[in-house]
Amino acid sequence: MLKFIAARFGQGLLVLLAIYALTFMLVALTPGSPFSTERAIRPEILAQIEAFYGYDKPPLERFWTSLTNALQGEFGPSAVYANRSVTDIILEAFPVSLTLGTISLLVALFIGIPAGILAAVKRNTWLDYLPMSASMVGICLPTFVLGPILVLVFGIIFQLLPVSGWFGPDYMVLPAATLGLFYAAYFARLTRGGMLEMLNQDFIRTARAKGVPESTIIWKHCLKGGLIPAITYLGPALAGIISGSFVVETIFQIPGLGQWFVKGALNRDDFLILGLTVLFAGLIVIMNLLVDIIQVALNPRLKYDR
Amino acid sequence: MPSAYWNKVLSTLAFAFLGLALASCSPREREADIAAAQGILLIGNGSEPKSLDPHLVTGVPENAIIQSLIEGLVTYHPTDDTLAEPAMAQSWEHNDDFTVWTFNLRDDAKWTNGDPVVASDFVYSWQRILSPALGAEYAESLYVIENAMAFHQGEIEDFSQVGVKALDDHTLEVRLKGSTPHFLLMLKHYSFYPVNPRVVEEFGGMTDRQSGWSTLENYVGNGAFRLKEWATNDFLEVERNPDYWDAETVKLNGVRFFPIENVNTEATAFQGGRLHITNEVPADRIPSLQQSNSDALMIEPYLGTYFYRVNTTREPFDDPRVRRALALTIDRELLVERVTQGGQAPATGFVPSGITGYTVSKAVEYDPERARELLAQAGYPGGEGFPEAEILINTSENHRRIAEAIQAMWREKLGVEIGIFNQEWKVYLDSQSSLNYDISRSGWIADYVHPMTFLEIFTSGNGNNDTGWSNAQYDQLISQAQRATTEEARFAALNEAEAIMMDELPVLPIYWYTRVYMKDPRVENWNPKLLDNRSYKYISIAGS
Amino acid sequence: MSRTADIVSATEERLSAPLAVEEFEKGSSLWDDAWHRLKRNRLAMISLFLFIAIVLFCVVGPLLSPYDGEQQDLLKGAQGPSGEHWFGTDTLGRDLMVRTMEGGRISLLVGMVATFVALMIGVVYGATAGYLGGKVDAVMMRIVDTLYALPFTIFVILLMVAFGRSLWLIFVAIGAVEWLSMARIVRAGVIGLKKQEFVEAAVSLGYSHTRIILRHLIPNVLGPVIVIATLTVPAVMLLEAFLSFLGLGVQPPNASWGVLINEGQQNMEIFPWLLMFPAFFFALTLFSLNFLGDGLRDALDPKSAKD
Repeated sequence: MLKFIAARFGQGLLVLLAIYALTFMLVALTPGSPFSTERAIRPEILAQIEAFYGYDKPPLERFWTSLTNALQGEFGPSAVYANRSVTDIILEAFPVSLTLGTISLLVALFIGIPAGILAAVKRNTWLDYLPMSASMVGICLPTFVLGPILVLVFGIIFQLLPVSGWFGPDYMVLPAATLGLFYAAYFARLTRGGMLEMLNQDFIRTARAKGVPESTIIWKHCLKGGLIPAITYLGPALAGIISGSFVVETIFQIPGLGQWFVKGALNRDDFLILGLTVLFAGLIVIMNLLVDIIQVALNPRLKYDR
Repeated sequence: MPSAYWNKVLSTLAFAFLGLALASCSPREREADIAAAQGILLIGNGSEPKSLDPHLVTGVPENAIIQSLIEGLVTYHPTDDTLAEPAMAQSWEHNDDFTVWTFNLRDDAKWTNGDPVVASDFVYSWQRILSPALGAEYAESLYVIENAMAFHQGEIEDFSQVGVKALDDHTLEVRLKGSTPHFLLMLKHYSFYPVNPRVVEEFGGMTDRQSGWSTLENYVGNGAFRLKEWATNDFLEVERNPDYWDAETVKLNGVRFFPIENVNTEATAFQGGRLHITNEVPADRIPSLQQSNSDALMIEPYLGTYFYRVNTTREPFDDPRVRRALALTIDRELLVERVTQGGQAPATGFVPSGITGYTVSKAVEYDPERARELLAQAGYPGGEGFPEAEILINTSENHRRIAEAIQAMWREKLGVEIGIFNQEWKVYLDSQSSLNYDISRSGWIADYVHPMTFLEIFTSGNGNNDTGWSNAQYDQLISQAQRATTEEARFAALNEAEAIMMDELPVLPIYWYTRVYMKDPRVENWNPKLLDNRSYKYISIAGS
Repeated sequence: MSRTADIVSATEERLSAPLAVEEFEKGSSLWDDAWHRLKRNRLAMISLFLFIAIVLFCVVGPLLSPYDGEQQDLLKGAQGPSGEHWFGTDTLGRDLMVRTMEGGRISLLVGMVATFVALMIGVVYGATAGYLGGKVDAVMMRIVDTLYALPFTIFVILLMVAFGRSLWLIFVAIGAVEWLSMARIVRAGVIGLKKQEFVEAAVSLGYSHTRIILRHLIPNVLGPVIVIATLTVPAVMLLEAFLSFLGLGVQPPNASWGVLINEGQQNMEIFPWLLMFPAFFFALTLFSLNFLGDGLRDALDPKSAKD
């Protein structure tokens, strides 16, 4: 097991390195510079600014410098936001996204998993269709429609909740619901699929034939195996959800990471882009590793290298 | 990573769950009411400030915040942007031809760290912004000072040759390179603002772009307010500065600036009682707000022009008749009434109305009949054979709608099919400055109330010209205006220059801007301003 | 927003191996059985019917309408539904019904073409990796892992910024993001098949690798591929809507559903019809495709043939 983890970890580092290089290349090839402004700047001034941030060096040299710095945990300054290092920016936004992400994920699980179980048990009846339809709302309407509708209803018409901002628990309800509904659909679908597969296993049929009560079959025998797909998805979902959602953060003016992904790319703020990419990729690698371990724990038949 | 950090993370999490469980179900108290009672003004401020260093910023949101934190020699008048109020300078004199100015600084002005504000602070500050190594984007606005350009471009290295001198702690002498009666108006711009030399030196020195002096912890200003809190992408708060020289005038206890980029989020925030003042209003909501919330909807003139640049180096736009035909087919009345809807004025010339003493051009009209004739003369009767062309816009709902409307006007009235090309901001800027476009959407807002800020950018080779247009007579008139010794002579030369430009039309003026925003009726002394610059010390809010 | 198709893959990957084997044994009767099972799933059948209806509406509709999607009448801007304009007009006075139909054409086209691009890359890539196995497979799959861990917001924005000019590049940009899950699923299926007698027979007959992959392997993993393709189309349409929210979608005056919905969303309090109509068709399409995909999966899974 340890050997397996070590090997996966090593692979993860390689992936990170490759992503670093790939992202650097992509940003270098994208037109536009972090320093272009609406009003013209004299070329000498532009040259000074570029020199300050090291943009006057050849790309390969810049890549090498930034990589060696990154390996020491120093991602450099933001080229657009003065006095703020990439690490500062990430550390400031991360707790916000982590909080919002965790709550949203719980919302998604609370809606998605029961809906999925119910749908699987009552397959092809209205008790399948109804909860599935309800949980699908989040992936059939874009979040930028769902969010404003929730704001309109709960924030403006009934004035129960704040319309936007990030100043306390009540501010979290609407964004968490918006984001949670999006992920709920996937959890519902995965749970339904996983449960159906379990319900059709031979040993379950045997148990049914022996007259084991349906509830025991569902809760005791099927649930553990049936949840495996949802658990598998938990990894990427968690990585995605805690690295923030641009749309939800924009609609609710939340100071999370998601805004930085878009702002970084639009500003061509390349150190910031690199820092965020490493963060995201690192999260994915770690989450996938955790999921693998959990899967092995839940289902010992799986080999360590799948 | 410090464990305190994780403690904070975990406690926020725990707090969140608790809150979710307890979230009450009664109508909430609105932030705007709470803040009004505390004397705090809540402002939607567009986007996150990129810096608060007056020598490095370039944007409107940064300007709005810096106005509360730092004061220059003179400051904005509460109602009139063509006047200047005494600030660090309590009085000033100038010689007869407006080339030498002497400022008497007040002796009771202090920085927030207790240092007195002295004349040499200004000398240091202007040297700083003019230092080539700092790479200040707006250093050019100081070129009006004698030898400033030579110093900035590295031709001289000795700053004492530049026309600014501290005669003593409280007397500053400024020599200008030409007669500039409107110098006071220029001084209101943040590029002329002082910074505290001791603090700047302490945190990295004069030419360090990443100097730590302008962070939350280290910020030192001399304005009516001081920096209190700055949470990235969340809000920035300033509080009353007790050491301010004119502290009695200050009414507000603080101002909170919210970087809300999305106009609809901002509109909702105002509706939901989170803001007293918004930055913008979505165009489509304006008519219905005029009905339902006319107390709060503010529509005020704003000294700026929305226009299309035409690439005069490309066929068929190198032919002035084609440019005129396009200009004549834009139904500006209909456009401002039905598309922009914010009370904008249809542009009849490039320099907007509102500048006292300057005669507004009436050269641009709507006359599709003549447009068709001109287009036929240019060789495209009924639009036949007109080459493929595009309007370049940057990503924005408003620009897109305006372009769609103009595209349809050109198609229907001229038979010319011109496409629309939406580019992301940075790429758009590149395309525009490298003349890689046919027609490009643009806007220009005055730096100070004077036609010069509109007209000097279209001289040959000016970095902001971006049309490829060049006219020797125009250049000559602009430089004549720069050297003129009376304002009448200056305006006359500028009028003539504008007439040439409006005859050749390297740009198609579309409308003159207005500021459209929402304002809580409780906010007092927030007056219409041509340039939308605020002296926050005069503003107050009635707590209810 | 998350990369949507990887979500589906979590189950698909496990499903594909046994399915492919059974499919080989049963031959074409599997498709008949699947069709029978699909017919029993009322929701999936309704979805299929709805989807066809929407496609017809968007494709044929504009031909029957007296209006043209680009034709403006600024004096009749933002009018509610009426006998003249059934869906009302947008803020520039264009007929919203035609705009919705034309928007649907673009959205559906983006959805299907991008999915097709993803399908082509993913299937060929996955099959090659799975079939060749060993070191090649390991390297190829590490590349997939790497791309998986790339934050797709940044990736797509940079691609759109660099190439945003044409609709076709949008297809490629989105397809380039979505092919990864396909590759994984196909690879898993092919690995399961590889040891089967008919593949070994083909190898011993000396057929080329290309022929074996194209003729023997890929057709046999088609089931799960169809399922995931059906589910990728709505995911892509959602992604296109996200790009429209950023303003990086199709070039004006064309408008996809994403563009229309984004515009409608901003005006939903004052001109609700601007949101209602495009959002209704968009949601309905996504609902039907998602349920159709789920139904297809159920139908193609032999183990679900319980009765």
